[in-house]
Amino acid sequence: MTAERTITIECLRYNPETNAEPSYVVYRVPFTDDMSVLEGLQHIKDALDGSLTFRWSCRMAICGSCGMMLNGVPALSCSTFLRDYYPDGLRVEPLTHFPIVRDLVIDQTDFLRKLESVSPQLAPAQPKTIAEGPYRQTPAQMDAYYQYAQCINCLLCYAACPQYGLNSAFTGPAALALLHRYNADSRDDATAERMDVVNADVGVWGCTLVGYCSEVCPKGVDPARAINQNKINSTKDYFLHLLTPRKG
Amino acid sequence: MNLIETDLVIIGGGGAGLRAAIAAAEHAPGLRIALVSKVVPMRSHTVAAEGGAAAVTRDDDTLASHFDDTVSGGDWLCDQDVVEYFVAHCAEEMVQLEHWGCPWSRKPDGHVNVRYFGGMKQQRTWFAADRTGFHILHTMFQTSLRYPSIRRFDEFFCADLIVEDGRVTGVLAIDIGTGDPTVLACGAVILCTGGAGRVYRQNTNAGTVTGEGMGMAYRHGVPLRDIEFMQWHPTALPGTGILITEACRGEGAILVNKDGYRYLQDYGLGPLDPWPRPKAMELGPRDRLSQAFWHEQRKGRTVETPGGPAVHLDLRHLGARKIHERLPLITEAARTFVGIDAVKEPIPVCPAVHYTMGGIPANVRCETPLPGLYAAGECASVGIHGANRLGSNSLAELVVFGKVAGERAAEYALNASRAPVAATTAQAERAMAPLRRLLEGNGERVATLRNAMRDAMEAGVGIYRSEEGLARACEQLAALRRRYAAGVHLDDRNRAYNTEWLTAIELGYMLDVAEAMAHSARARRESRGAHMRLDGFEARDDERFLRHSLAYYGGAAPPRIEHSAVTITRSPPRARVYGGAHDQPVLTP
Repeated sequence: MTAERTITIECLRYNPETNAEPSYVVYRVPFTDDMSVLEGLQHIKDALDGSLTFRWSCRMAICGSCGMMLNGVPALSCSTFLRDYYPDGLRVEPLTHFPIVRDLVIDQTDFLRKLESVSPQLAPAQPKTIAEGPYRQTPAQMDAYYQYAQCINCLLCYAACPQYGLNSAFTGPAALALLHRYNADSRDDATAERMDVVNADVGVWGCTLVGYCSEVCPKGVDPARAINQNKINSTKDYFLHLLTPRKG
Repeated sequence: MNLIETDLVIIGGGGAGLRAAIAAAEHAPGLRIALVSKVVPMRSHTVAAEGGAAAVTRDDDTLASHFDDTVSGGDWLCDQDVVEYFVAHCAEEMVQLEHWGCPWSRKPDGHVNVRYFGGMKQQRTWFAADRTGFHILHTMFQTSLRYPSIRRFDEFFCADLIVEDGRVTGVLAIDIGTGDPTVLACGAVILCTGGAGRVYRQNTNAGTVTGEGMGMAYRHGVPLRDIEFMQWHPTALPGTGILITEACRGEGAILVNKDGYRYLQDYGLGPLDPWPRPKAMELGPRDRLSQAFWHEQRKGRTVETPGGPAVHLDLRHLGARKIHERLPLITEAARTFVGIDAVKEPIPVCPAVHYTMGGIPANVRCETPLPGLYAAGECASVGIHGANRLGSNSLAELVVFGKVAGERAAEYALNASRAPVAATTAQAERAMAPLRRLLEGNGERVATLRNAMRDAMEAGVGIYRSEEGLARACEQLAALRRRYAAGVHLDDRNRAYNTEWLTAIELGYMLDVAEAMAHSARARRESRGAHMRLDGFEARDDERFLRHSLAYYGGAAPPRIEHSAVTITRSPPRARVYGGAHDQPVLTP
């Protein structure tokens, strides 16, 4: 075990019941090399200040609860380590572009609405019964959507997205990647129904191809690629639309 | 006190809760369903399940074989009528998940693949790489959005059940964001609140796995059944307890001690050859593997790591391609959390508390002894795990019994006469009073009491137990309950998003559940499955203890322990053996 050192963690604090504005509080936290930023925050909460408020759960980078800004970069606090911020110290803030509920906790309801808006359900044209067994899907067919099914909804990509920062109506990286996950699934036949979301000004065309979303994704999902793919689909759909206007 | 009038309340939005909600919505269109969870459903601990879900699938497999593996795996403490129902309904639920989009791993021909798991004689574990729980959870969460009758109460903390005239009539919840108390008046409640592994220090569980669902039922007179049976997963990262899936061994990984020796052959799991073969060596059940580690440690044959003693889980011979394809999550976890490249080096692992086998007693219809209250998933003791759960039976349990609970509770809620909401609200006000006092109290820090509880459980109610150690744990837990009752100090006295307050409420329930565990363990004077005694009770004693334990809440006093019959249908107890000669299996390429 490496020797214990001390690091300064500067946390944004904001309590809507008592504060008009957010402020910063500095904590000095003893740490060892194997300690995550989350464990540093847990130390503060358990020993120094029980009112510091943050979300966490699995502590193994799969539940998506503990996204925060660490020195201005969106990251999961459970899989980021204090040693990497020593000796300069670390500033911890809630994910940017979201309203703050309290301290490091953001309001995620906007994202949940967007997730719902992309119809993230498998919709085959001719559904099988349970007795008919599973659909066949080759590994190559799985590859077409598999990476987009790895999103843990941690919202780091929304904090990274400058367009979402400018206009929160933008459907955004994770939800559009999820939309693509179902469109690209060989078992699904509902691509046409999802095109309205894709085509909207706040759909794929809201993206200006900065690509930072894919860079910060802790699961290698590459939402930028999903969005780009759907710009192609949207363009095709537009021209198809001109040739064969849809009803209504 | 906010009032929500609904028909069915489901507490917990993990695998069991979501499956129950969908089943209820499909079974009873128009029924008002409240899905209440202290986290947004996709954060629930189901997300962290890795290896897979069991269902008889291959032509060479049978329901009888899955039944036998489960009953012997549980050391005959399973209710066999329930196991029969369970094994017969796993496959249809796996297919249902597939139809909802779950990306099950496939064979080259496009059919769903299955893998070996510990204690299972056949390859019958459906898997989505090693992120099976994650994919099941997200698939069901997204599917649940289709049903307008499911109203979600995300980040609502359930603090108590409302019981009137001997039946459940509502739930007291705290809206975490505002701190506002809310009563959900209803006809039926399903508890899907998960396990209680966080009463121990070294565990694989998320921070949410604090057992308050069990605790709520317990305080209302529902006994906790077989709660002394806690599963130690044999392969977790030392210190943090982060899970390294059993699927590693299902795919062929081996366990070696500090001398590079496959020590499991010394503990009734050998001989080594032929390898790999089911129900032997590294494919033995979790209780036996964790117990073998305990002995190796005492023999000085473990390696020291910064997180404590460990053995080596060696995947290298599987090759980079297979490791990355089948085991990407644990490969990433090993790299991130201990700096190990599993393709090139063995992973240090040790046992960590993983799964609560016991819980709220429920029958095959998921009915608990309290009318109107149903339970499914890890919080329930529906009777399929007995004294030791087999890996991949719990994800299957979530969907098989989540569905049963949803349909049965929906039916009950449709027919239940409803209590006047004024009375239910008044009851909720009374239940809220002590929680408000907790917010204003003075005393010790939550972390101080919580850490003392974890130390007491690790020391006295561990993998091996004795009268002396259990008696000490019982005393310590009683003392901790008194200290807790005297009040805790909270730095945070605000209402909005006060997580310190919520952890204080959780701690109260955890202490109760921990005490039930220690007392039930003390009363079980035999060794069976995951419950091992060192003090003259080293053998299984079917004559006296082929019985479920029932711990009844005693208020400020210790719990009362009773025992009840186990349902045996077609497998009378016999010796539980692993290892020995088996046919060489054909591993899927």
